[in-house]
Amino acid sequence: MKCRVLKKDELGGLLNSLQKSYSVFAPTQDAAVPNKTVWTELPEDQLPLEHFVNTDMSPKNFLFPQTEVMMHFSTQEGTKPPIFSPEQESDKPRILWNVRPCDAKALSFMDMIFCQDDYTCDNYWAQKRDRTILAGLACNAPCPSCFCSAVDCGPHHTEGLDLLLTPLNGTYLILPVTERGNALIAHLPEADAKAETAAADKKIAAEERVTHNLRGFSLEKVEQATLIEMYNLPYWDRVSETCLNCGTCTFICPTCHCFDIQDETKAFQTDEGRRVRNWDFCMSPLFTLHTSGHNPRGSKTARVRQRFMHKLKYIPMKNDGAIGCVGCGRCVRLCPVNIDIREVAEHMNTGAEHV
Amino acid sequence: MQERTQNIRAAARRLLEEKKVDCVIGYIEGTIPLRAQPFVAYTPEEADKLIWSSFCGGNLATITSARKGTMAVVAQGCVSRNLAGLIHENRLERKNLHVIGVPCIGMLDFRKIEARVPYMNVVSVTEEENSITVHGYDTEGNEASETILRREVKRDNCYTCLHRNPVNANETVAAPVDETAGGNIDYIATPWIKLDADGRKQEFAKNFASCIRCYACRDACPLCYCTTCFVDENMPQWCGKTQDPADVQTFHILRAFHCAGRCTDCGACETACPQGIKMRRLTSMLEKDVRRLWEYEPGMSDEAEPPLATFTQNDPQEHFK
Repeated sequence: MKCRVLKKDELGGLLNSLQKSYSVFAPTQDAAVPNKTVWTELPEDQLPLEHFVNTDMSPKNFLFPQTEVMMHFSTQEGTKPPIFSPEQESDKPRILWNVRPCDAKALSFMDMIFCQDDYTCDNYWAQKRDRTILAGLACNAPCPSCFCSAVDCGPHHTEGLDLLLTPLNGTYLILPVTERGNALIAHLPEADAKAETAAADKKIAAEERVTHNLRGFSLEKVEQATLIEMYNLPYWDRVSETCLNCGTCTFICPTCHCFDIQDETKAFQTDEGRRVRNWDFCMSPLFTLHTSGHNPRGSKTARVRQRFMHKLKYIPMKNDGAIGCVGCGRCVRLCPVNIDIREVAEHMNTGAEHV
Repeated sequence: MQERTQNIRAAARRLLEEKKVDCVIGYIEGTIPLRAQPFVAYTPEEADKLIWSSFCGGNLATITSARKGTMAVVAQGCVSRNLAGLIHENRLERKNLHVIGVPCIGMLDFRKIEARVPYMNVVSVTEEENSITVHGYDTEGNEASETILRREVKRDNCYTCLHRNPVNANETVAAPVDETAGGNIDYIATPWIKLDADGRKQEFAKNFASCIRCYACRDACPLCYCTTCFVDENMPQWCGKTQDPADVQTFHILRAFHCAGRCTDCGACETACPQGIKMRRLTSMLEKDVRRLWEYEPGMSDEAEPPLATFTQNDPQEHFK
């Protein structure tokens, strides 16, 4: 597969031709809220944003909707046991254009969670994943809250993507990553060595910027320390003092994937219902509450600890070192009390109560 | 800001050294620009990290609420009024609380600032009296900076603040400022008044359409301290868990009514909302009614009875419709 070049003023034409077969979604500026980028279906003849940091909400909603109907059931007269019927799922293929590399890596991480093997494969996830093509946009100007390079990702990372666009002066260099990505761009002219070098230079510069922003941050000691040492750190009490226990960090996170399943019936129509799964979050007092009334994470401290330990310790322990964080920086940017996962990890590294 | 920071540190250090309080609740420098981080200082050394900036837009009364022991809290006008309200509601004891009052010139909205410099990744910010200067790098990695007038990027609620000076403060860290911010707070509710019932319903639905139910608004709010919020009750479950508009709207409308007559318009809900939802569009009408019908402003003293928590035979009945 060969790299291709696309002139920026020919992007609209390419997207219009893709829109004949695909729904194309891209980050756009929110109509009401200043500097908020949201995923929207791109109307024909509208160009996607080129300069944006990232969407406030991750694209996980496309594959793992916040509220997802799993099936319908009814117990109408004369039918016992209840009749189950599937939720009709769209099969229209779609392209997420300008996905950031961190978010693509997150979706690839979630593949590992939702589709572990032939017997443990979440059909709801897999069906949507199969019909979604990810066209990435390399980060040439990573923002100060990103830390992708410290968590096995990077501003030009290609994992999970079908193709990657690198913005150059007046053109995009397009790197095909998968066959289905290649099929979308194979008709474009091949890139010359000069364009490939320019993209490689952008990659180096972006990585240097992230490294500069990291100021030495690493997860090295978190990997080495035992679980119990970290679990009992006095620091957890300090960080939970200011944590509001809201769900912002988990809901905006591209890798948080906990959910809660409920059966619902409509009022006054109890012979029909639906099974729904909704995003759940470890900060909620209902999270892991047992039927007995006991909650193994009954305190605010235990709930705050769960989020960071899960991402940075439990997941790597269970998955050959894979980290449950891609360094997108959303939680750093949007936490109402500025709890910064980099700072938390630093405390997990040093064991200090406060630095 | 520098003067306020120095005086907060001096007060906090003194209170901790003299063991007048167990801790001082304030802010330290945020880990990223345009933010401040709430912090509980227990030692004089930790007190030296406290700061005051234009990004102290949370509400420290929330993390002070029901805390055991003695404590000092750094509080601007709105937060000091919430502390007074919490004392009245028996969440705090006046004798355990030392209010370090901060006359406030208004907090700034990080989204509005970022929107002014869309080409820039902001790395740091310096504050002057009437303006701020943001420094950073552009999409090509070149250094950039821009000066922005404070009055153009304030948080919405800070334009219509009625009490910028703290109430009930044990000490203040700066000379008093003009009591109000100048904007007309009654205007916030104007859109509702112009609409009929259907129009209001549509506007309400539209306003909260992007809500993700993270409950940051509730959790940032010092008025929301129920041990178990009604949305977290599960036997029975009062409110559905889905993103259906009925479930989302039930949460917001009930929360707003729970808070009516107690809201100081501190704006913590709007600042906390990751979706940038205009929460005050809902509370503004309720608070306007409370001002109009009872001539009451929440939190001006820790003794005043909130009108919706009391009953007298002379109560106006107009709001029961």
